[in-house]
Parts: sequence; structure tokens; C-alpha cells
Amino acid sequence: MSKDILIKKGLDIKLKGEAEKTLEKAILSNFYTLRPEDFHGLTPKLISKVGSIINAGDPVFYDKSNENIKFVSPVSGEVIEINRGEKRKILSVKIQADKTQTYKDYGSVNPDTANAEAIKARLLESGCWAFIKQRPYDVIANPNKSPKAIFISGYATAPLAADLDFTLKGKERELQAAVTALGKLTSGKVHVAIGKSSTSPFAGLSGITLHKVSGPHPSGNVGTLINKIDPVNKGEVVWTVNAQDLVIIGELLLTGKFNAERIVALVGSSIEKPRYFVAKLGCEVATIIYDKGIPQDANVRIISGNVLSGKHIKPDGYLDYYSNVITVIPEGDDYELFGWTKPVFNKVSTSRALTFSWLNPKKEYELDTNTNGEHRAFVTTGNYEEVFPLDIYPMQILKACMYKDLDEMEALGMYEVAPEDFALTEFICVSKQPHQDIIRKGLDLMLKEIGE
Amino acid sequence: MSLKSNLHSLKEKYKGTKMAPAFNALHTFLYTPNDTTHNGTHIKVADDLKRTMNTVILAMLPCLIFGMFNAGYQHNLAVGDIQAVTSGFFSSEFWTLDNFMIGFWKIIPLVIVSYGVGLGVEFLFAVIKNHEVEEGYLVTGMLVPLIVPIDIPLWMLAIAVIFGVVIGKEVFGGTGMNILNPALTIRAFLFFAYPTWMSGDKVWVEGAVQRTNDIAAGANLDAISGETILGSLAQGKEIAYSVSDMFLGFIPGSIGETSTLLIILGGLFLIFTKIGSWRIMLSSALGAIVMGLIFNQVVSAGIITESSKFYGLMSTPFWEHLIIGGFAFGVVFMATDPVTASQTNKGKWYYGFFIGFISILIRVFNPAYPEGVMLAILLMNVFAPTIDHYIIQGNIKQRLKRVKVKTA
Repeated sequence: MSKDILIKKGLDIKLKGEAEKTLEKAILSNFYTLRPEDFHGLTPKLISKVGSIINAGDPVFYDKSNENIKFVSPVSGEVIEINRGEKRKILSVKIQADKTQTYKDYGSVNPDTANAEAIKARLLESGCWAFIKQRPYDVIANPNKSPKAIFISGYATAPLAADLDFTLKGKERELQAAVTALGKLTSGKVHVAIGKSSTSPFAGLSGITLHKVSGPHPSGNVGTLINKIDPVNKGEVVWTVNAQDLVIIGELLLTGKFNAERIVALVGSSIEKPRYFVAKLGCEVATIIYDKGIPQDANVRIISGNVLSGKHIKPDGYLDYYSNVITVIPEGDDYELFGWTKPVFNKVSTSRALTFSWLNPKKEYELDTNTNGEHRAFVTTGNYEEVFPLDIYPMQILKACMYKDLDEMEALGMYEVAPEDFALTEFICVSKQPHQDIIRKGLDLMLKEIGE
Repeated sequence: MSLKSNLHSLKEKYKGTKMAPAFNALHTFLYTPNDTTHNGTHIKVADDLKRTMNTVILAMLPCLIFGMFNAGYQHNLAVGDIQAVTSGFFSSEFWTLDNFMIGFWKIIPLVIVSYGVGLGVEFLFAVIKNHEVEEGYLVTGMLVPLIVPIDIPLWMLAIAVIFGVVIGKEVFGGTGMNILNPALTIRAFLFFAYPTWMSGDKVWVEGAVQRTNDIAAGANLDAISGETILGSLAQGKEIAYSVSDMFLGFIPGSIGETSTLLIILGGLFLIFTKIGSWRIMLSSALGAIVMGLIFNQVVSAGIITESSKFYGLMSTPFWEHLIIGGFAFGVVFMATDPVTASQTNKGKWYYGFFIGFISILIRVFNPAYPEGVMLAILLMNVFAPTIDHYIIQGNIKQRLKRVKVKTA
């Protein structure tokens, strides 16, 4: 049964630098990097060593707590560096790519006829399992637990998000294979959200429950979809997969090859010509951001992901495993005279306290990374609720996380949330509290104390 | 080097020292800091706590300025220098420089003492406990002069401010952690420690106390006095003011509380800027109206007759309660304090309603303390967490019910 979902509470943050719908091939990156930190909570065990020659799709490391979960190389080449931090924690594995790429052949699987066990085994060995996340805890899914449903959002509403209708165009075959396969892993349904007036490639797929959503961000967040369709109760598990990763899963099943290619949007007000690229995950962002992008010495923030939940990376950094956006915005490391009292026209605000963004809601803003004020205790109330559509008390759950009351966290709905659900409340927070970080730490604490 | 870079190097110099919070408080007053986001959201809204507090102060400024004119007007009226206003809000008898200057020189010292002492305590705590100076006192410091009688001695105010900031706020951990509204804690302290300076017919008119003392010392002068409307009603006296005087604010009372018109404008500004909670303001008014109607019914049913000492306030038409005393000021500027109010939207309805309801209840039944709104807000401050608890329990129960429906 499909259901239309109208989200009323939320906020569309309109920023300058939306990607033009043209596609370019990124200059091939020489080096690719896998970072265990992209996979939250993972303790990696290395399979490859420095000097190992590997194919694209060959495992590089596995999950210490479940050795079936493999993480594979996006390219063929040589492992040239394993970067370790304190206590020999693995920070990154750097791979030098071959000029001509070779792929490990896992053999094709027909998702229509294969059974659940075969599909699961294939996803695990081929590195595709990493794309499947679970709630509670927002970590890579535990393959031993069957989810009550699987949720996919085919509608991106975050600021400057890549338009999934554009990036997934023509990938219907791969998407169908992936959702059919995933559908066998759950006793429930595969729920997919698409925009109400969109031309989503998901619209024609079979074996899914389609939901047309409308309204401001976070209407396209998978967390919003879960909350409105089938919230996670204690003891239950749901899985989520990013829409763009279904393409990689689908291609693996159909061809047996792990093709790490993904369409990435380069966006943000600092970019000269925002547009889309074909790039592989783990690639150097430098190959993308400098051509008609930013000058070499620009004082900018490069983000792998969107401005609300993405990761801060250096110019020599890498596209992370789950992102399909690279955002570049100006750094805001400057003082502003009487910034707290003068009328503000060039920044976004949800209040009208001498802030005038309410006057023209269509305007695209050029925001920088300044916090616009200092960190404070929670003071104002009621404003989070205006942008938070989940049936959860946002400030109360944040406070429960801060004072680490596990019972209260559980009672208030901690099993249902992921950090990104609190991105908007963090954005509008007058006290500049790090909401997503608070939720992440709360989830980690629960995972540690209560477990799966 | 520019001021900006000079201050920046000073900030670097003080970093990590005991003086850092004090320096930062002054520095950030001039410049919003150069802090950038780390992980989490990379962009933030334009608003910070300073801006929020500043908006509340802006909303109170008309009351402050009106209070200056009114202080002079009440004085000059009492000594017989001028006639009572005759032509509405813009009456020429009221808006004179003479009136303003009397009030100005009387009220500015109150503002200075309030801010000076209060912020001094805040700075001290910030330096000792090594946290940033928080903005909560910016509003409290402006509220305090507006809710005291004009003739309050400055030293009393200073002691009360110290008490209010330390006991009302800092012992709980500072702005955001306090249970009671600090401004009302200060007023309650004054009220119970120095009752003769907070009620009666001498303190509301500038110079009345001085005049009384002069007369006692043998000066040949006429005594001047001015009773608040609540005080008169509590004693069963006739009130000498018209409804329009009460609404526009040409009456004796605490400095900023008299003009209901300007308070409503301030309240609308707070609602428009989304800083103040319309839920609390509206439900408080509703609560007061309900209680007022109940009392009016009791009187019209003949249960309370003119011989009763409660008759004066109980027979006051319910809507008049909204424009006399500090009710409007308290509801708009103090009940809406987000830290001490109910924090859930649903809870705000209950919280506000009971403030209005209990305000009128206290007014009527406690003639010694006819200003009920102060005690009502403080009482509901204490109950706000309890209200929130039950509202949130509702959400938790729903969540549990979801599981039961499944397993059933």
C-alpha cells in the first residue's frame, strides 16, 4: 500500500551553487583511499598488506566483529600505504590505481531466482554489505538479524543535494536488481520515497512500496520516512540503503563486478561551475575541485557530503564511502563587528529577530562556516520542533544523551534516530550545540551498554 | 593594526588564562567571534543567544522610556504642578521634557546598578568557574528596573540583584539551568525582605518617601502619595483612574508595568520575531479571564457582598484584571522566559493557563500581596518540569503502545 507523505515541519535551506545538470568524467585519480572511519564503529582487520596487488572488488579489510563483512577496493592496483594512528588504529589504506582496471569476477546472480542466503553471502563477500545500514544505531547492518523492513529514499532534500532523478537516470535495471535482492532479505517491505512531482527511476520498479513525499527538508531523509511509515520499536531492526549505492549493488549482482563508479555533484557557492562528475568512491577530491572549481589557495571548507551532515576534508582528502556530493563553501574564520545586534540580510534564520531571510524565501544564500555566535547551554525552546517532523521530543532526547540516562534515551525514541535527523535542529540551534555529535555519542553508548 | 586584529591578538594572549571569559565577554560584545563549525552542520543560522536576548530588550525599551515619562508625570501630578492627562495616549501633559528628565535621572541609576552589579556577579562566577559569561543577565538586568517601585533605594536593589543572580541562577549552573526566573527571584527577595519599600502608598511616586520624611522633620509641605490600583482595590477604596488611564499606563505602579498598550506591542513584537511564546501569552490571558469570570459570577450570585474584604478585587470586571497591576508585563516578559517555562509546546498551554488563573486567585484572596502575578509565575516555574514530565510521558506511552499493538 503506498502512501503519500506530506511533511510540514522542516526547513529548506536555499544555498548558492547548485549543480548544473551536465555530466563530466572526473580526471582519473591516481590514488584511492579506504578509511575505516567512514564505517562508524568498525574495527577493521587487514587482509591486504602494503605491496599487495589487488583487483577492483578484492577485499582489503574485514570487520573484526563479523569477519564475513568484507570491505573491498574500488580500483585495481597496489596497496602503497597503510596509515595508522594512536594504538596502531588503522586510519586509511591507500591504493595506487592501475592505468587499466581489472575487476574481480564474483559471477552474476539472478536476483529473481536466487535465494536469500545466496544473495546475502554475495553481498557480504563482495563488499556491498557496507552499503546496508541499520537502525537502531545507524551502523552497518548486522547480517544475522532480519530487518522488519528496508527503507530507501530516492528523494534528496538536503541543501545542494545531488538530484537523484538525474544521477540515477538510466539505472533502472541495476536498481531493480538491487531492490529485488534486498526484498528477499526482509520479511517486510522495501519502502521507497520519491518526490511528489519527480520523474524518479524508482517509479517504474516492481517489488517495492512507493511513497510520494512532499514538503521541506528533511522530507527526503530516510529517517523521516521510517518515522512516518513504520517506526523502529525496541528489539526491531530496519535497514536503510542510499539510493546511489543500489546501483553498485545492482551492477554487482548482474555482472559480478564491483564497479565503484558513482555520479557525484560538485556544489557550493565557492565553486565556479557547479556540475556533476562520474567518479569512484575513495578518489582524491583534488581531481574534481580544481578544474573550474576553486583557486588553489582559496580559504574554503571542502565537505565530502552535504553542508548539514558531511565530513570536513582537506584539499588532498578523499570522497567518502557514502557521499554523492562534494560541497565547497567559504570558511567563516573572521570577526564581525556587532554581528549579534545588527540587522542581518545575508544569512539564513528561522526567527525574525532583526534577521530578514523571511522576507524573501526564494533567495539563495552564500553561507560560510562561521558559527555566528558562541556555544551556550540550551536556552530557547519550541524552535527545534518547528523543523523536526519526527514524533520525538528533540531537546529532551538530546539532554537525555548528554546526561547519559539510558532508560530515558530508550523511552524517548533513541532506537528510531540517526545523527542526520538532528541536522536541522543543529543548524538552527541558537545555543550552537553539536546535536548530531550528541546523538552519535548517545547511540554509541547504547550500542555499547545495551548491544544489538 | 586595526582594532579587529588588536583584539584578536589580545584574545590569543588571554587564551587559557583565568581572564579569558571576562575578556571574551567584552570582545564578543563588539565582534561576533571567528569560531567556525567543525563536524556536524557546517553552516549555522544567523541567530545566537545574544541576538535572542537583544530582541527581548528591544521589546522592553518602549516600556522603559514610557516609565521615565510616567515617573515624572506621577511626581508632578502629585505635587500639583500639572493637570491629569485629558487627550489620550499622546496627551501633552504627559510627554514633556520635564517629566522625562525626572524619570531619567531616577531610573538610569537603577539600570546601571542592575546591570553593573548583576554582570559583575556573572563575570566573577565566569572567571572562578571558568565558563563563558552567558547572556541571560542581559534581559534580567533590563527587567529588574522595570519591576521595582521608582523610589527603591539603590543599595537594596544591589543586594537583591546579588541574591537573585547567585541563588536564583549561578548555584544551578548559570543561564539555562535555573529553575526560577532570576528577575522575579530578585523582586521576590525585595518584596519579602523590604516589604515597606515594595508596597503601600508612598513608594510608587517619585519623592513621596522623601516628602514624608521632610514633613516628619517639620517641613511645611503637603504630603504626596500614590497607591497602585491593586492596592486601592485590595483595601476596598475607590479607584481614581479611568479604564483608558489603566490601559495606556498613566497610573502609579512599578516602573515598566503600567502601560498595557506598550506591553502588548512588545508582546506582539516578541511573537512576530518568534522569540516569545504566543502559547504562553495567550493561555495566561485565558487563565486570568476564566478565574476573573468565576469571581464575577460569585459576586453576581450574591455569595460575596460589599461587606467582604474580598469584594473590591472580586467584583472587578474580569477583563480589567488584564490591564491593572503587573499582570500583562509579567505574562509577556517573564512567564515566557524559555528556561523557566514549560519546554514542550503542549506544556506551555497548561503552564500559561495556570499562571493566569493563579495570578488572579492570589490577587483576590491575598490582599497583603495584591500583586499575584509574581508569585504565580514563580510557583509555575517550580511546576513547569512536572508539567513537561507528564507531557513527555504521553509520548513515551504512545511509543510503548506501538509495541503492544504489534505483539497483541
